[in-house]
Amino acid sequence: MTVSPEFSAGAVAAIELALLTLLFVVALQMLKSRHLFAVVMLSGIYSLLSAAFFVSLDAVDVAFTEAAVGAGVSTMLMLSAMLLTARREKPVTPGRAPVALIAVLIVGAALVYASIDMPAFGDANSPANAYVGQAYVERTPNEIAVPNIVTAVLASYRGFDTLGETMVIFTAGLAVMLLLGAGAPRGGREVKDVDDADNGKGGNT
Amino acid sequence: MIYAAIAAAVIVAMALALVRAFAGPTLYDRVLAGNSFGTKTVILLGVFGYVTNRPDFLDVALLYALLNFTGTIAILKFFRYRTLTSSLKQLGEPIFDETTDARDQKRRAVNGS
Repeated sequence: MTVSPEFSAGAVAAIELALLTLLFVVALQMLKSRHLFAVVMLSGIYSLLSAAFFVSLDAVDVAFTEAAVGAGVSTMLMLSAMLLTARREKPVTPGRAPVALIAVLIVGAALVYASIDMPAFGDANSPANAYVGQAYVERTPNEIAVPNIVTAVLASYRGFDTLGETMVIFTAGLAVMLLLGAGAPRGGREVKDVDDADNGKGGNT
Repeated sequence: MIYAAIAAAVIVAMALALVRAFAGPTLYDRVLAGNSFGTKTVILLGVFGYVTNRPDFLDVALLYALLNFTGTIAILKFFRYRTLTSSLKQLGEPIFDETTDARDQKRRAVNGS
């Protein structure tokens, strides 16, 4: 079953509007809630929502990163950070609120001002669409039959670059796992601090 | 047409899950709300491909489903054992049980704060 392009565009706009509304509501509730676990779960939900919004903007790769990092890893990191602190947020002292509000307003105004300089959405003559981008758009369907051009660029045209990045991230991940001792459950042994051992023996070094 | 109606219904369901995540008094209400919200995101992504006549990205929705499942398991395991790096086999006694919120409230009542 096919639908007309006009109807499809309208439906997409409606879905995007609904997603943005939900995002706004979630963000407000995150600000309001003092229950830290609720805030952590809401930040996971916020990531899922923004990932869905990225998909509706055709940025599938960004959406996937957002879902994996935002909803997956950072939720766990926030949870483990939460264990080290109280379960409820302390109320903000009234004197600090106006300063923060002013800072946020200034930054927001600067960002809006900067966004005026951006080319219009979907502008064919914008730098991103004009030079190399145009060549990729023209060649990708013939050279690489991948529906998403960003994927084609990342995985094929710049394949070696992506391979290098993957190796760097893999090495970093290995190093972090070694530091955290994630291999220990299969029979790791307790390692005492060198200082403790020295104190016990009266310092024989 | 039908897909737009489905998308609208899914978004309404997402809002309902959000209400539970906002209100839900216990930890498990919130975990469940987060999990069902993730499931609805998966469905929405699936439907979205058909709304735009390009169902090429269905596999992304599949991967979201996997992530959502793993994430929920990770959160629950973390809350039961309070650590990320231990195997389930090695750990015996749960440190965190379902009455954590109730215990919290009792402690606060005792402290009188």
